[in-house]
Amino acid sequence: MRAFTQHTGLVAAMDRSNVDTDQIIPKQFLKRIERTGFGAFLFFDWRFLEDGTPNPEFELNCPDLEGASILLARQNFGCGSSREHAPWALDDYGFRILIAPSFADIFYNNCFQNGLLPIVLDAEVIEDLFTRANTYPGYTLSVQLAENLILDDHGLKQSFEIDPFRKHCLLHGLDDIALTLEHAERIAAYEAARGMPALSESGESN
Amino acid sequence: MAASEDTATTRPRTLFEKIWDNHVVHHEPNRQTLLYIDLQLVHEVTSPQAFEQLRIEGRRVRRPELTVATPDHNVPTSDRSLPIADEIARTQIDTLRSNCREFGVRIYDLQDPEQGIVHIIGPELGLTQPGMTIVCGDSHTSTHGAFGALAFGIGTSEVQHVLATQTLRQFKPKTCEICVEGALARGVSAKDLVLYIIGQLTSAGGTGYILEFTGSAVRSLSMEQRMTVCNMAIEAGARGGLIAPDEITYEYLRGREFAPEDFESALERWRQLPTDEGAVYDRVERYCAGDIEPQVTWGTNPGQVLSVLDRVPDPDATEREEDRKAAAAAIEYMALKPGVPLTDIEIDRVFIGSCTNGRIEDLRAAAAVVSGYRVADRVGAMVVPGSGPVKRQAEQEGLDNIFRQSGFDWREPGCSMCLAMNPDKLEPGERCASTSNRNFEGRQGKGGRTHLVSPAMAAAAAIKGHFVDIRDWNYRDGVESASPASATDKT
Ligand code: SF4
Repeated sequence: MRAFTQHTGLVAAMDRSNVDTDQIIPKQFLKRIERTGFGAFLFFDWRFLEDGTPNPEFELNCPDLEGASILLARQNFGCGSSREHAPWALDDYGFRILIAPSFADIFYNNCFQNGLLPIVLDAEVIEDLFTRANTYPGYTLSVQLAENLILDDHGLKQSFEIDPFRKHCLLHGLDDIALTLEHAERIAAYEAARGMPALSESGESN
Repeated sequence: MAASEDTATTRPRTLFEKIWDNHVVHHEPNRQTLLYIDLQLVHEVTSPQAFEQLRIEGRRVRRPELTVATPDHNVPTSDRSLPIADEIARTQIDTLRSNCREFGVRIYDLQDPEQGIVHIIGPELGLTQPGMTIVCGDSHTSTHGAFGALAFGIGTSEVQHVLATQTLRQFKPKTCEICVEGALARGVSAKDLVLYIIGQLTSAGGTGYILEFTGSAVRSLSMEQRMTVCNMAIEAGARGGLIAPDEITYEYLRGREFAPEDFESALERWRQLPTDEGAVYDRVERYCAGDIEPQVTWGTNPGQVLSVLDRVPDPDATEREEDRKAAAAAIEYMALKPGVPLTDIEIDRVFIGSCTNGRIEDLRAAAAVVSGYRVADRVGAMVVPGSGPVKRQAEQEGLDNIFRQSGFDWREPGCSMCLAMNPDKLEPGERCASTSNRNFEGRQGKGGRTHLVSPAMAAAAAIKGHFVDIRDWNYRDGVESASPASATDKT
């Protein structure tokens, strides 16, 4: 997995709550069997008009937000379907960090699997960030993962919480499966204790 | 199992804790726990990238015998003998086939008599059993919690992780008891019960929790109704839903294809699972079944729901600014007006099916309503059975004829217009009464508007062309609907 240490980027503010994964990546694009290329379809139904041209009303289509890599969102972002296509699409579009007062569970997990950093902050802090994003043109944030810190050019210094082990994995780009297979003997012992037949050499998964 | 034996005797535990403890492979403080997974269900949409990555990394499926696949999301619900017209959908289904062949995973393919929606066939085959850990790359995996199994949806990376290791890294969720006492009124179904609870909790209110549904109203539900309830636990944002196994569960499972051979000793184990007296949940919510009326969603998430006797809410009457905005946006998308009675809302389409309400009892309830009536002229209505066995059982009972004579389309099993990945979808602006689980914008087709209801409510709306209170329905032919006791048909 790609490592995440620190990132500075343009903030796109999306003032909508309960943004579900059906909006992030509509189902017509779930038939692809690849992991890449979903960015072109991110927020498709909001982003494009019937005739395929960009919807000028949609917040991310604002020319000033081109190249945004930090998405500021509202509560329960990523609710709904378990589709990992949602973080794939956000990532492929160029987002590296998502900031919201809350995320849906499965989506939150899926972000970490893809080196995308979801940050949860109190509602008041989020409110303040929305104000800043609307006040300062080209508003950018800097996120230092090792220090759990978010900074801006206007005096903001905000800490955030993240599970230490997840942080460790992100910082080092560690692969979950490889980590788990360090416990291969424990898995085998668990299976043996339940009376499951042992795997043959060739059947071992590592 | 051995790992938990000592803790088992020291303090009372909830059903969730017992299942969790039984599956801990490894635990270090402050880290995710490595949990053993007893069953992984696989479908065509969320698995191709997982298998592909296994291939790239040169890994195998650790326990193919604990993995079962079926195509369901994409499949056409029209004539199965024809090739699939949508080329990309066909590729995805072919990819599932070849992955299953290559990695030795059992697949219930399109022509298979058992094929169906993954969350319907698991229980039907007897694969879903009390005390298990079950995962699938699909959020409605919570359905299987109805059997007292810890079941939840995972992303594709985790699908790959389970395929490779038969384990999953998880933080321990918190537990929330949802206690519903009393009896549901006539005409009020399990779907209404769960929609009502989501309305109370809101669509994010269960985030971080496993919901255990308890109380006399829940215990008296049939197995199929319990599945409807647990299916929608995710719509409150919960990790999963759980219902303690009991005689209803055991009777449902007895004799099914993959039920344990030594059923009696399995029973002995299962009987240890229910929450101990004195066990503590992190949170408890209590509801009274008698308060629940038939429900209709008015907005664009399942928590935006009201009694059929209510009116479209006024966003300006909402306290929190964020909720006000959400309600106003939902009402605009849904093209509704605040203050309009929900029974005045006219519909264009009706969809009866999905893993929420595509089982035989659901079809019986809907058939009883439409029997002797015709679908309103303005309405296009379809029934999509949840699986091959459900379809055959319905046909044996003559339900297909009742539906056809009333003007419904009778389809082949699959997810269909629950998420509209196949050709079954709403046109922009069309309004649908749906028995599925999500009323998100565009879920059933771009620009489509979805109202979630029970099967009986959807059936009645098809006949009248607008929502009606099913409690006032005049049943013309036959019985009102099958009693829960008949829910155990082993189709
Ligand atoms: S029926 Fe709908 S909710 Fe259920 S598995 Fe299929 S698409 Fe998902």
